[in-house]
Amino acid sequence: MTVLEEKRAGKIKIKEVHRTYTDSSGNEIEALQGINLEINQGEFVSLIGPSGCGKTTLMRLIAGLDEPQSGKLYLDDEVIAGTNYERGYVFQQANLFPWETIENNIGAGLKARKIFKQRKGEVEHYIKVAGLVGFEKSYPHQVSGGMAQRASLVRALINNPKVLLLDEPLGALDSFTRYDLQDKLIEMWQERKTTMILVTHDVDEAVYLSDRIVIMSPRPGRIEEVVEVKLERPRARNDERFLKLRTEILEKLHLVSNIKPPDFSI
Amino acid sequence: MSSTHKISETISVQLQTNKKIGLCKGLNVKNKKLKQLDETNWKPYSIFWQNMQVFIYIAAFIINLMLPTVQEVEVTIYRIFLGIVILFLIVRYRLTSYSETIKAKNNHEAQLYFAIGVIISIWDIVTTKFNILPLPFFPSFAQILQVMREDYITLLVSTAYSLRLLVIGFTVGTVTGLVTGILIGWYKQWNYWLLPIIKIMGVIPAVAWIPVLMFIFPSSFYAQIFLIVLCVWFPVAYMTCSGIQNIQKSYFEAARTLGANESYLVFKIAIPGAMPSIFTGIYTATGVSFATLIVSEMIGAKAGLGWYINWAKGWSNYAKVYASIIVMAIIFSLVMAVIYKMRDKVLIWQKGLLK
Repeated sequence: MTVLEEKRAGKIKIKEVHRTYTDSSGNEIEALQGINLEINQGEFVSLIGPSGCGKTTLMRLIAGLDEPQSGKLYLDDEVIAGTNYERGYVFQQANLFPWETIENNIGAGLKARKIFKQRKGEVEHYIKVAGLVGFEKSYPHQVSGGMAQRASLVRALINNPKVLLLDEPLGALDSFTRYDLQDKLIEMWQERKTTMILVTHDVDEAVYLSDRIVIMSPRPGRIEEVVEVKLERPRARNDERFLKLRTEILEKLHLVSNIKPPDFSI
Repeated sequence: MSSTHKISETISVQLQTNKKIGLCKGLNVKNKKLKQLDETNWKPYSIFWQNMQVFIYIAAFIINLMLPTVQEVEVTIYRIFLGIVILFLIVRYRLTSYSETIKAKNNHEAQLYFAIGVIISIWDIVTTKFNILPLPFFPSFAQILQVMREDYITLLVSTAYSLRLLVIGFTVGTVTGLVTGILIGWYKQWNYWLLPIIKIMGVIPAVAWIPVLMFIFPSSFYAQIFLIVLCVWFPVAYMTCSGIQNIQKSYFEAARTLGANESYLVFKIAIPGAMPSIFTGIYTATGVSFATLIVSEMIGAKAGLGWYINWAKGWSNYAKVYASIIVMAIIFSLVMAVIYKMRDKVLIWQKGLLK
């Protein structure tokens, strides 16, 4: 089964992006202000920061689900306009189509692009990758949250996107499932070197997975700092340098001033 | 491979073994259902009612046989009818030892059959036996059955006429409704121009148009078809539109990031997502279309069940009126059952999601 049939690319460039929106009470909220960021091909980058700092807004702009008021976003030097299967998106809720079976959900991308007949066999492969053998004919509400999220992940991967946008895909899962899926994610990323951009609230997750961590701050949403994670893989969660970096980032997010240790579970 | 994979592999292996020893999900659900059926029975394990349901029809037969008949009525068909019911119940009782499903069904329905038997006996006593209810307005059950036998050709032809109208009108109405509903649910321009029309036309009972349609259409047949199309069109269109508009935005977004074009969004997201709502529209339409069908036949037509009622009333033959009402009950229930079956097939993905 050939998964990587085209040459990889996936360099994201974000230039002076502004985005404001009006909330329900009519106030203008500056969701993003002057965002500049470059993400290299095959890099794993996490966006972290408190609620309202524009992480999801930025992701939606990269996906093409929204447009910036000013500034431009580029994928491989091409301006991003509208959605494209090259920029896959995994949502916080699995967001599977409830009227399709797991199998058809995973094959949805191929069907949408009208190449299902040629690449039918891949669905089977990805069902195996996601560990969903035996659940092909189940409907999304019949499987567990972790299974649904795995299905959602391979649904985006079957299109072999250049960039995979992960909008807190593990946020709603219990920690066992989350750790499992983090490993799965790393495995998939190392295998295909897709550029991955992950939104998370979880500092541990960010340090465990990323090459770089982008720390954002709210009102107006902007990039505060970019931290490089220079730990070799596979990483250990109890490694000294891991914990040191984790504390460092927590400090940058102003989350260690309290005596009580903060709770990061969602 | 990570441990996640291993876990799910174990699960699937377990699932397969479960299937082999008959513990799979489907069977469990079935057992649960049977238990629920039994719970509606006063005495789930007693065969008291299973016996009583047979005895009551035998009693009804004896009443009819022994008591002197006061009204002038042919009772042979009535006795044959009772005989068939008794035979059916005895055969089913015999079959209970072979099938758990039949056993549960027999047990569950026994009280109901008993109650119907009581009503039929009383009906017989107050009509043919003691002539308490006034004729011709309240004929005996025996007489209704007799009329059905005598007039079955006219009844069948009437039913066929009604069904033809219903099927053509309903199909055309549903398709028209679906197309309009999709247009106004998906395109803003269509919504702007068509929604007000649908809203206004929708509140007008279709039969109010009868005087107008009489001179617009060349024959009453087309006018009747149009009436049914009209009354089906509104609820289906409206519910299709609101169904599409109520679909979670995130499904469309997910599809778009997967590379979907507009036709995929319409046919693979909007329509399947709106299906539950569409079926609500179709149910409403079914009820309204039955009413419209009968009324329109009563007023302008020369055939059909509605015409038959009107015609029988003209002759003061109320037994025929009741006969056609019984036929209507059977036919319309069947139509409803077909629609339910279709719903279950289309909305199989909702099974277990609701309730």
